[in-house]
Amino acid sequence: MKKGQYINLKREFRIFRRRINGKPLIYLDSAATSQKPEQVIRAVSDFYAKHNANVHRGVYQLAEEATAMYEGVRKKVAEFIGAELPEEIIFTRGTTESINLVAYTWGEANIKRGDNIVATIMEHHSNFIPWQELCKRKNAQLRLAPITREGKLDVKKFYELIDRKTKLVAITHASNVLGTINPIANIARNLRIKNNKLRILVDGAQAVSHMPINVGKLGCDFYPFSGHKMLGPTGVGVLYAKKDILEKMPPFLFGGNMIRRVSTTARTAWNDVPWKFEAGTASIAQVIGLGAAINYLQKIGMRRIAEHDHSITSYVLNKMKDIRGIEIYGPRTAQDRVGVIAFNIKGIHPHDLATLLDKEGIAVRAGHHCAMPLHREALGTEASVRISLYIYNSEEDVDIFIKALEKICAAFTEKLY
Amino acid sequence: MRGFYGEVILDHYRFPRNRGKIARADFHAEEENDFCGDMVEVSGIVKKGKIKEIKFRGKGCVISQAAASLLTCYAAKKSAAQIKKMGAEDMQKLLGINLSLTRLKCAELSLVTLKKALALKK
Repeated sequence: MKKGQYINLKREFRIFRRRINGKPLIYLDSAATSQKPEQVIRAVSDFYAKHNANVHRGVYQLAEEATAMYEGVRKKVAEFIGAELPEEIIFTRGTTESINLVAYTWGEANIKRGDNIVATIMEHHSNFIPWQELCKRKNAQLRLAPITREGKLDVKKFYELIDRKTKLVAITHASNVLGTINPIANIARNLRIKNNKLRILVDGAQAVSHMPINVGKLGCDFYPFSGHKMLGPTGVGVLYAKKDILEKMPPFLFGGNMIRRVSTTARTAWNDVPWKFEAGTASIAQVIGLGAAINYLQKIGMRRIAEHDHSITSYVLNKMKDIRGIEIYGPRTAQDRVGVIAFNIKGIHPHDLATLLDKEGIAVRAGHHCAMPLHREALGTEASVRISLYIYNSEEDVDIFIKALEKICAAFTEKLY
Repeated sequence: MRGFYGEVILDHYRFPRNRGKIARADFHAEEENDFCGDMVEVSGIVKKGKIKEIKFRGKGCVISQAAASLLTCYAAKKSAAQIKKMGAEDMQKLLGINLSLTRLKCAELSLVTLKKALALKK
């Protein structure tokens, strides 16, 4: 696909037949959750209608089918993100649970008094609070790297925070507010030179749906992400971690499936990875749905999706910059940016803007987007409006959004007063 | 936009009534909506069990600020008990529109602040 050309898949997403306040739905909140194509919805309902049974349990045919389907998705996910082994994929409920899993198992076992964890000010609360709490429990220190004026990671200051007491670096692959893509492969290489013992956790929630991912090339130890932001169902997420690390980690939740042998007298023996970390009945139908989502993404091609993302982000940034009184946070161009754009318009509160856009059928997010430290301490604002684009968004969507934005601005600045 | 927010709301947003702070107030409180940083501060004087004077200051969206202005108008001459009985429904009635759950928080901010102030009354 050449630049400036777009994927248009609206027909395959039934939700776009809906009208909101009498207008066709323009969905610009995919960073919160993506819409689901027919293929994913059908995969979930087909599973319940034709294959439903618990996995890893029964010896009957249905259970075997369900298990094969479930484990098949594990293999698919491993290939999708370039993991060496399917066992390096743990199914969780989402990114938040994946990160908490690392904090409560690896973190509890490895972070000691006087150690430090380095994160950045652009982290989502889910890649911030688990570390803040862990450091509190362990009397360790949480260090936050600042951003530059353009909303990129201040790499120089970031590296200065690393010392031999640094046990973990927790960093987002792409910011859910600024859209900034952090150059992870490069960062990981430099981090290992500074301290070859530290572990690197990369929050993939916003990146995995927008670009080809290869965890080996990124050079990270942990890569958590969610299914629902990449066309999959809610209630399923992934934690990728290197097998040797997983094997040394204690279990997270205890219960069924995660054990090998249980007795009332002897010590309970844990199951092998990854099942050691999957206590209880998994989100089976959702995992199957995630498999369908990956099929869908692969059919389009992640490279093509990244190009679409770049083109549409470029297109909207270009149009937005001409709006009077607008302040756009994050990089000025679509270079090193995903299609996530937070902004404010002088004199208009983000909530008013979001409500008025909704009246035009346009769904945007207003608030702090689960990144309060970033808003208050780095951007100097309480809240912002955020648009986030995905494969089903077209130039036409952007034009409608810009027109509505201009109309609201005019009402606020001229006609209203 | 006029169609949605309505003349009353826009008028109160543009020309807030009872704006300011009472220096020797009997009641005073300040509240913030953490979700968006909207802020309302109320202060007032009570005489014979009724609110005699009430003022507010704040910053935030159209709904939160217009609701504060409308509430100060409504609260004058009312007793603390009457204010205590008010809820989100009453704020929607004052504003004259139906709000979504999230936006209801904007409308409620001034009421929450006023209730807190009256509870803390000297």
